[in-house]
Amino acid sequence: MTTDIYILGIETSCDETAASIIKNGHEIVSNIVASQIESQKRFGGVVPEIASRHHVEQITLVIEEALHVAGLEPADLNAVAVTEGPGLVGALLIGINAAKAFAFANGLPIIGVHHIAGHIYANQLMQQMEFPLLALIVSGGHTELVYMKDHGSFELIGETRDDAAGEAYDKVARVLGLPYPGGPQIDKLALASDDAVDFPRAWLEPDSYDFSFSGLKSAVINYKHNIEQKGGTIVPEHVAAGFQKSVIEVLTAKTVRAAKQYDVKQVIAAGGVAANKGLRASLDAAFEQENIPFYVPPISFCTDNAAMIAAAGTPMYMAGVRGDMSMNGRPGMQLTSWNE
Amino acid sequence: MIWLGIDTANTPLSVAIVKDGTVLAEVNSSMAVNHSLRAMSTIEELFATVQLQPKEIDAIAVSEGPGSYTGVRIGVTIAKTLAWTLKKPLVGVSSLKTLAANAFYFDGAICPIVDARRNNVYAGLYEYEDGHLNAIKEDGHFAIEDLLDSLKEYERPVLYIGKDVAMHEVAIREKMGENAIIAPFPLQLPRASSLIHMAQQSEREENIHAFTPEYRRIAEAEANWLMQQRKDKASE
Ligand SMILES: [Zn+2]
Repeated sequence: MTTDIYILGIETSCDETAASIIKNGHEIVSNIVASQIESQKRFGGVVPEIASRHHVEQITLVIEEALHVAGLEPADLNAVAVTEGPGLVGALLIGINAAKAFAFANGLPIIGVHHIAGHIYANQLMQQMEFPLLALIVSGGHTELVYMKDHGSFELIGETRDDAAGEAYDKVARVLGLPYPGGPQIDKLALASDDAVDFPRAWLEPDSYDFSFSGLKSAVINYKHNIEQKGGTIVPEHVAAGFQKSVIEVLTAKTVRAAKQYDVKQVIAAGGVAANKGLRASLDAAFEQENIPFYVPPISFCTDNAAMIAAAGTPMYMAGVRGDMSMNGRPGMQLTSWNE
Repeated sequence: MIWLGIDTANTPLSVAIVKDGTVLAEVNSSMAVNHSLRAMSTIEELFATVQLQPKEIDAIAVSEGPGSYTGVRIGVTIAKTLAWTLKKPLVGVSSLKTLAANAFYFDGAICPIVDARRNNVYAGLYEYEDGHLNAIKEDGHFAIEDLLDSLKEYERPVLYIGKDVAMHEVAIREKMGENAIIAPFPLQLPRASSLIHMAQQSEREENIHAFTPEYRRIAEAEANWLMQQRKDKASE
């Protein structure tokens, strides 16, 4: 006899208050996200104190809605999975303390999930993960290449040495005077552009899988200054296209090289920047040529959500990983394997 | 009637379970330990101590602030989540009123104080009348000098209560002279049993989902944004 496993996921690491219920690790039963983007727009970015205040207003509502849409009672659940880190500490603490109170009140186990493990497991909601696999995580806070030889086994083979890809997008968007959030705006301008400014690529050492985007950001700023000093004006489309080209070329080339070296069965992309159309197209084309299956979740599962936390929490639950009532927010939490 | 009380609004932590007017158990501490580490684990221990299940409680009282933003949010988040999922009534009580409640038999005005850094405090002014603690000055965020100036006009003895009073004791004594009374140490920490006592005399929250902390201060980014809006308007 097999019994179904229902995990409630809770995610509040940044500016989305989210709750979701996932059945057997891959079936979305409910997925609720309350976004703060309209409020945070005023400030041109996420203000941690404002984010925390919004989370307190939304947290029980999103959990209730997740249960309501699923048509489930707390007693039907097997466990509560919550983002333990990394993220904004004040924001993390709302999800964690709500998760602990909910778990305690209903006699459920609690599981602390790493936010990036969540982004990777978002793919599990679309199709079975096959190992070994390579994951490219690109978001406002992360640019990482992670090798997984099995569930819960994470080996970081490359990461950014300075800005995350999404951070570079936001900064360049600000230079171009684009509204927050800047990433999608640059993507749009770049795709509509008929020309691209030539910006440098940061390849780093020949065998490195690390990334660096701060030099590129400076190159964009210098380019703008130089043109304006001569009394000219930049063409934002051309700058956006040039910047995006540089980012995408490096991300694609390093991901392809790593996939080949590690001989993986599957490559997946995850994180908010994986929603970028230019990047998706480039990775799609590259892996089609290499004949390696490449997947990226739909946009709503690339950005922060709780379904991915519940999806990552399910194999942890089955492996017996448990947290307790002293769980704290871990803003700098490292992605470590839980199956070894 | 069984009450659970939670106060994590400032450095001290207090959790209590009160049954029919008897304190079954109470834990108080004022160690500078992150409330996320201690609050829920203390609640879990307390339930084990009194041998009750979470669903056996009848109501929840929480200190709603003002105080440390993060601290207040942890207590409020725990309390509203418990109240919502256990389907129990929730009562929010001012963290300052909870402190003032320690001075039950004091005949006069009580000024609870919580430090808010840079010579600012959160404070209120309360007075007992027929066993009820009434606010005679609304809780707020004040420069300590302004607060003391306003209390001086009051020309009566005032009891200062709260562990942060010590940080401002010199200023208080200097300005208020004879009228300054400083509460002794056993009364300086907020007690969740006092919080429950106050909650029993208060209205329950109509909408648990909408229950949020009483920050008594808007976020800095919001204040700057509002100021900018006003400037933009003026220059139009
Ligand atoms: Zn994320």
